[in-house]
Order: sequence, then structure tokens, then C-alpha cells
Amino acid sequence: MHLTGNPVLDVILFTLLKLVGFVFVFVMGMATVLTWVERKFSAFMQNRIGPNRANIGNIRLGGLLHMIADPIKMLTKEAFTPNTPNPWLFRLAPFMAFVPALVVFATIPFGPGDLQVAPLNVGILFIFAIGSLNVYGAVLGAWASNNKWSLMGGLRISAQMISYEVAVGLSLCGIFMIYGSVDLQQIVIGQDGTWFGIVPKWGIFAQPVAFVLYLACAIAENKRAPFDVAEAESELVAGFWTEYSSMGFALLALSEFIEVVLIGCLGATLFLGGWQIPWLVEGTGVLAGKMYLFGNLVPHLQAHAWYLVVAQVAAFLIKAIVLIWLQLTIRWTLPRFRYDQVMRLGWRIMLPTALVNLVVTGIALMFYERF
Amino acid sequence: MAKVVSRMTPDLITQSYVVEAVKGMVVTTRQLMRNLFGRKDIVTVQYPEDRRPYPARARGKHRLMRRDDNQVRCVACMLCATACPSNCITIVAAESADHDIEKVPSTFEIDLLKCIYCGFCEEACPCDAIRMDSGVHALPTVTRKAQKTAKIDLLSLGSPSIASQGGQYRAHDHEGTQHGRSGH
Ligand code: SF4
Ligand code: SF4
Repeated sequence: MHLTGNPVLDVILFTLLKLVGFVFVFVMGMATVLTWVERKFSAFMQNRIGPNRANIGNIRLGGLLHMIADPIKMLTKEAFTPNTPNPWLFRLAPFMAFVPALVVFATIPFGPGDLQVAPLNVGILFIFAIGSLNVYGAVLGAWASNNKWSLMGGLRISAQMISYEVAVGLSLCGIFMIYGSVDLQQIVIGQDGTWFGIVPKWGIFAQPVAFVLYLACAIAENKRAPFDVAEAESELVAGFWTEYSSMGFALLALSEFIEVVLIGCLGATLFLGGWQIPWLVEGTGVLAGKMYLFGNLVPHLQAHAWYLVVAQVAAFLIKAIVLIWLQLTIRWTLPRFRYDQVMRLGWRIMLPTALVNLVVTGIALMFYERF
Repeated sequence: MAKVVSRMTPDLITQSYVVEAVKGMVVTTRQLMRNLFGRKDIVTVQYPEDRRPYPARARGKHRLMRRDDNQVRCVACMLCATACPSNCITIVAAESADHDIEKVPSTFEIDLLKCIYCGFCEEACPCDAIRMDSGVHALPTVTRKAQKTAKIDLLSLGSPSIASQGGQYRAHDHEGTQHGRSGH
């Protein structure tokens, strides 16, 4: 793609384009829509109507305008700061939760070739490294709130996120072993094609146990129900965000939704074949991979038919949305766990299962390569 | 005698929780689809537009009754004000022009912001003068200031309707005996 003719400018412009298109339009847009979708979704599951009152004149759009009404409300509310020795830390914490959640999207390949904001070869490790910074936002916010409920929530969240970090990392190791890379684009390329012409070579079919573990642990890391012990409305008022109001609250809430999108995108990349369209076209991934491997940063999208690229990006987005839908269904179906149950589940069930899965995968791979 | 409760010992499939979780998700998804396409099971009442009638004995805003001759039934005995747990009834008594009646209230105010709608005043009244069967509930306002008017002067408001005379009086009516108070 030649935008200006100047190669350096091209790279910068194209990166910006990807950044805006994927991170700002898709991710942020999705997170914003989720604030409405989630309420509507849960309402319909519980035989209610859900939000439908926000209107302009007589236009209601089934409550869709709540997406606009909510930010307006948040912006005009008082940004309350509790009586705390660390008001700056208190103000800073929502950003510390929000920024890492957005940054990790840089390594997600949302299309073939160079359709990835930052083609990092450490891909998933980067996501884990930055993603776990998230906990600082919550813990510092909880601590700076100078409130015992917040502190309890902060303690719980740090314990919970650290324990599930281990399990989620180990559950993904099987995937790395099979596809032989931690580069997300390479993993997606590895999921090209089918077994026996029927089953797509997706991570979910190669590692079904890992998929369940990943989903459970990722939801736990995102501290949403059924693992919402950190917020725990029934015990801790609102946990670590008890004292937050106005935009501070909005940022915390939004970063949670962004993580929902992240879990969807990452799950689609690792387990549902990323942008691969099964059965339709084989080998396009390899082609794209070659282009990438040769280190051409300026993308050669002309090599692909443009409609194929569009279809593949759409396939990725649809897969991500399916996983987001799955998360919402889980969140509004399962009852929440007690705190000790969450910890027990993490250390005594998730972790051993992930380890066993890893060993079994290793043995299977050894036999596969031998014979 | 102690009752032995048999503990459920779920099998491994149930204990793994995955199958059960999926079962639950099928239920919620079915409900979602039913309501998304056709709104079959939705029970929400869109309140200000659609209202369900209040139950017959709902306690709403108070009203003061009148006698057949249109006088206020209340005799300013203060029983309601005494019974009121939130001390929100203010009555100033005055002498009645009617020689059969000792006192009438010159003001009768209820602070609806304090009122908890317990109905004790209604219970306490010996004359069936105050009732809460108006079917209207005190409306919320946007500002605190607007709520200052929540104190309603039931006398100036007048009674929204004239209650049928109940109890003993009605019985006399049926017997055809005229009570001394009526017929001015
Ligand atoms: S309903 Fe209860 S609180 Fe209200 S005025 Fe009557 S006695 Fe007082
Ligand atoms: S309303 Fe009834 S109880 Fe209250 S002062 Fe009048 S007569 Fe007495």
C-alpha cells in the first residue's frame, strides 16, 4: 500500500491507520457498545426490558442512546476525592488500569500480513507483561481510597489476579508448543487448513481443555462475575472502586469492558484461528506469513485480493464477537463464587489441570513427531 | 428426632462444572432469544405510561372526610397526631360553630416528607375522619426545595370525595332514625 510514496511516512501513516481503525474504532467502540449490550442482554435473560429511556425527542432506538447519555452523566458528575493522604495516586489509578488494557491490543493480529499494529515477535509475552500491570491500577486505587472496603477489594484482587495469571499462562503453553511460537501472527498462520478436510486446525480443537481453562482464568483475571470477589457488591460495597465517581469510575468500568474485548480477541487469535476462514481458502495465511517473514514492514496487501483481506478481518471480528457474547452469557448465568472457592479453584483445580494438559500435549507432540 | 439429610454426591461430570455451566447458559440463552424476538416473557410494566391498579387496601395520600352536611368530620382530638410515629401531623384546634361539636381543626397539616405511610393515624381516628384510600401516592420532585410543599394542608385541599358515612351512623340511617347533628 502506497499512501504517500515516502516509505517512512508510509509506515507511520499505515500504523496510525491500523491503530485508529482497530484500537479506537473496534475496541473502544465495542467497549462502549458493551456498556449498553450488557444491560440489555441481562435484562432479556431475566425477562426484563432493560434501559430504554434515553431519548432525543421521541427517538429512543431501544435504549441505544444510553451510550451517549451515560458519558454525559459521568462527565457532569462531581469527581469526588475521598479524604486520603494520596489524592494523586487516587486520581492516577484509573489510568493505570485503563492504559495497559488498551496497549495490549497492539500485538493482536486482526488481519493477514501486516494488519497488526505492532508485529512483535514476543507477542503473547508482551500481552501478559503489560496486562498484569493492570493490577497496579486496581491495587493502588484501592489503597489510595483510604477505605477499608476498597482495601479489602484491593487485597483480594491482587491475590486473585496473581493466582490466575499463573494458570492462564500455563494453559496457553500447550498452544505455544503446538504452533512453535509466541508470535501471535505465527500462531494464526499455524492454524491454517483443516484436518481430514473437515475440522479446521484451530487451537480449540487441538487444545479443548486449554480453551476452557483460558476462558475461565481470563474471566477470573478480568474480575467479572462469577469471579467478582474484588468488587463483591454483596460484601464490599463495590470493592476497590467504592470511592470512585465520575470519570474515574467510568474509566475503571470501561477498562473492564475493554478487557472483555481483549479476552475475546486473544481467544479468537489463539483458539479460533484468528483471521483464518476455514474451508474457504487455504494457504493464504502462509503467503501472508512469507510476506511478513521477509521483513517488509510496508505491507504488500496488493498481493492479496482486497476482498479476501476484508473477509478475513471480518472473520476475525466475528470470532471475537462470538467470544465476547460467550463471556456475557457466562457472566449472567453462573452464580458467583465465594472468595475461598475462587482461590481453591485457581490453585487446586485450574493450575494442576493446566499442568496435566501441558504434559499430555508434550507426550502427544512427541509421538506425533516420531510417527 | 434427628433427620438424616442425604448429601448429594455429584459425579465427576457434574463436579467439573463445565457441563452444568453449559446447561445453565442454554437456559439463559433461550430466554434471551425468546425475549429478543417477540418479548414473550417480559414482565416489566412501563411505569408512568402503563400502570397497574393499586390493591384495594393500598395506603396512599391522606384525605379528610366530611360529614353529610359537608362539615369536616375531624374533631381535633389529636389521637392521630399522638399515634403518628413520625410526628408529622400538625393540628391546630378551634372551637366549632356547631354546638353539638366541641372542636374542629383550624389547620390540619401532614408533612408528607416525614410520613412513612404506616396508617396509624387512620387506625387511631375515632371518627373515621382521616383516610388513606385516595389511591394517590406522594410524587417525587427533582429538588429538595420543591418537597417543602410536601406539607399538605388537608383542610384547604378539601376532601377529594365525600366518604359514605360508615359504622354506627350508617346503621342509624337504615333504621330511619335521624341523628341530631344532620339537617342544618
Ligand atoms: S401514615 Fe403514619 S406517619 Fe403518616 S401521618 Fe399517618 S400516622 Fe403519621
Ligand atoms: S383526624 Fe381523627 S384522630 Fe386525627 S384529630 Fe381528627 S378526629 Fe382526631
